[in-house]
Amino acid sequence: MLTTHALMLAILLFGLGLVGLLSRRNILYMLLSLEIMLNAASLAFIAGGARWGQVDGEVMFLFILTLAAAEVSVALGIVLQLSYRFHTLDADAFSEMKG
Amino acid sequence: MLKLLWLIPVLPLAGFLVLALCGGRLSRRQVAWVGCGSVGTAAVTTALVSVDFFQGFPDRAFYQQTLWNWIDTSGMTVGVSWYLDALSLLMVAVITGIGFLIHLYSVEYLSGDDGYSRFFAYMNLFVAAMLTLVLADNLLLLYLGWEGVGLCSYLLIGFWYREPEYGTAAQKAFIVTRIGDTAFAIGLFILFTQLHSLSIQQVQTLAAEAWPIGSTRAVIVAALLLIGAVGKSAQLPLQVWLPDAMAGPTPVSALIHAATMVTAGVYLIARMHQLVALAPLVQETVAVIGLLTLLLAACSALVQRDIKRVLAYSTMSQIGYMFLALGVGAWSAALFHFLTHSCFKALLFLAAGSVIHSLHHEQDIFRMGGLRRQLPVTFWTFLIGAAAMSGVPLITAGFYSKDWILWSVWSSPLSHHWIWFGALLGTLLTGLYSFRLVIRVFFGEAHTLASGEPGFAMRVPLVVLALFALTIGFLEVPHTLGHLSLFSPYLSHVLPTLEIRAGIDESSETLEQIAVTCSALLGIGLAAVLFLPRFNFIERCADMPAGHALATWWQNGWGFDRLYDRLIVRPWLHLTRDSGEILDHGSKLLVIGAESCHAWLSHTQTGHVRWYAATVAVGTLVLLGLFAL
Repeated sequence: MLTTHALMLAILLFGLGLVGLLSRRNILYMLLSLEIMLNAASLAFIAGGARWGQVDGEVMFLFILTLAAAEVSVALGIVLQLSYRFHTLDADAFSEMKG
Repeated sequence: MLKLLWLIPVLPLAGFLVLALCGGRLSRRQVAWVGCGSVGTAAVTTALVSVDFFQGFPDRAFYQQTLWNWIDTSGMTVGVSWYLDALSLLMVAVITGIGFLIHLYSVEYLSGDDGYSRFFAYMNLFVAAMLTLVLADNLLLLYLGWEGVGLCSYLLIGFWYREPEYGTAAQKAFIVTRIGDTAFAIGLFILFTQLHSLSIQQVQTLAAEAWPIGSTRAVIVAALLLIGAVGKSAQLPLQVWLPDAMAGPTPVSALIHAATMVTAGVYLIARMHQLVALAPLVQETVAVIGLLTLLLAACSALVQRDIKRVLAYSTMSQIGYMFLALGVGAWSAALFHFLTHSCFKALLFLAAGSVIHSLHHEQDIFRMGGLRRQLPVTFWTFLIGAAAMSGVPLITAGFYSKDWILWSVWSSPLSHHWIWFGALLGTLLTGLYSFRLVIRVFFGEAHTLASGEPGFAMRVPLVVLALFALTIGFLEVPHTLGHLSLFSPYLSHVLPTLEIRAGIDESSETLEQIAVTCSALLGIGLAAVLFLPRFNFIERCADMPAGHALATWWQNGWGFDRLYDRLIVRPWLHLTRDSGEILDHGSKLLVIGAESCHAWLSHTQTGHVRWYAATVAVGTLVLLGLFAL
């Protein structure tokens, strides 16, 4: 029962994060949405770990936490560079790589 | 001493390596010593080996020596191994002996040439390849030698590479013989897949067990080998390369395009005689090809202007005799004619080279004449060569070999009388064209001034070869003239002897010999009547339109060059040039496809991060959906 609820919450959070990622144009908000999605995934792991009574879920959570920290530090650096160069945080303005 | 056999091909190869790697640093004298010395020592080694070979000869009919395994995979073992028997010893003796004389001749003939060391390097490589060909124990090693001599022939025809037409002639020789070589290779593939062996002796025993006489497979394999032999030996229909091959220096023509390489086809058929005997149809074809070539080439030789082209056509014609003999089953007679032919034809080429040398590279016989007094040694040796070629009875070697062939053609169970009449006509034509050459070059008025007789290094080979051309025929004197038979018992350990057809009287041999003799003498007499200037008969003939057209036709080798040009070369060039665009459409389609795909796919690269995120999400969903299903 608990697992089902936790998974439902994880799916909800993941969906929110995805919608936010796709609909927001401000790159900071996109990063926030990404964090939400990552945390949704972590929640799913925790729920899984609790369901089968194994530590693997918590281990994965720690990994994802570390990954998220690393990702944010790199991403914020990129965001700073982008705002210096383009004087905007609009993600759609950064389309230099158009094919 | 038999153990020294491996040295025979290795010595010329070593000579080639020395000259190729450091020929530029050696002086001309050293180059000559290396070039001649390597072949000379090979000849001496041959003599030592043959002494030992003959000591145990009739009991031990062959000697085999394996050096190492060349290819060793599962199901196929090919060794670098030599096989010496009566047949290959004969070939080796001719190649090293005559090869040495021609090398000696070249020392002086090419003394003023820039490519001195290059020439001797190629010549040594040729001798090594030719020795590999004849000594090979298996067909693959034989093929290596076969291709090696083809390569050297190409290199030496195009020796003076600054002349574009010489390069063309070299390419022509290479490409035309390649047709035969390809057929030969396919024949080897079939032999190997069917009989799982490439050893010459083994494969023939296996073939004789596995295939009945006249079976399709035997006929196919023998026919493919025949095409290879025809290409190498310049017989119909692949004969067109030989006259053009005269672009090379004269010693090359003497060694490669008269004495040794062009007879490789004869050797191949004699070597594979058990296989050829399994296909009577092919053997008959050999005889017919030989007869046609000898007649067509003799007619062409009658009207050539270039002294070397006359000799080239005469070579084709004489090899035609050898093929004819092989075709009627007179294997030993073919090899005997090979022996005498290589002596007198090498002599003729070297004497012609001496004429060309003393006339500063003049080759047109209509601008020669009256050289009899200016070049006595050359004249007498050339006369001996021409007499041997036309078969002047009793005193020349050519008479004995040609008589043997004609008697075999007359008496063989595989032959017909009309073939004999064709060959008889051939002897008449041989006398005619040989003495036309002698008369045009050495008699009549002198048109040019010769720069004197050649030196010592050129005279020695001429005299030695002239002695051979006179005496070597006594190895096999027919029993009507005293019966001295050394050659046929010697070869009978390798090649089957010819049986006389039922209904042929042995006493008819005398009559047959008289016919051959008369025909040859008639040819010589006719040559005197037709070509001696005081009769002036032939000029009147040539002035008539019909005579002129015929002469031109024959001069161009019966128009085979034109025919092949129209039939094969031009359509092919046309195909590559004009319809190249049609064939290119295939590859162009590929380009168009790639370009449109690229244009289409590059639309997906919008540069918007959110679009990428959306596609990733959709892709993941699709994959998840697929897994769920």
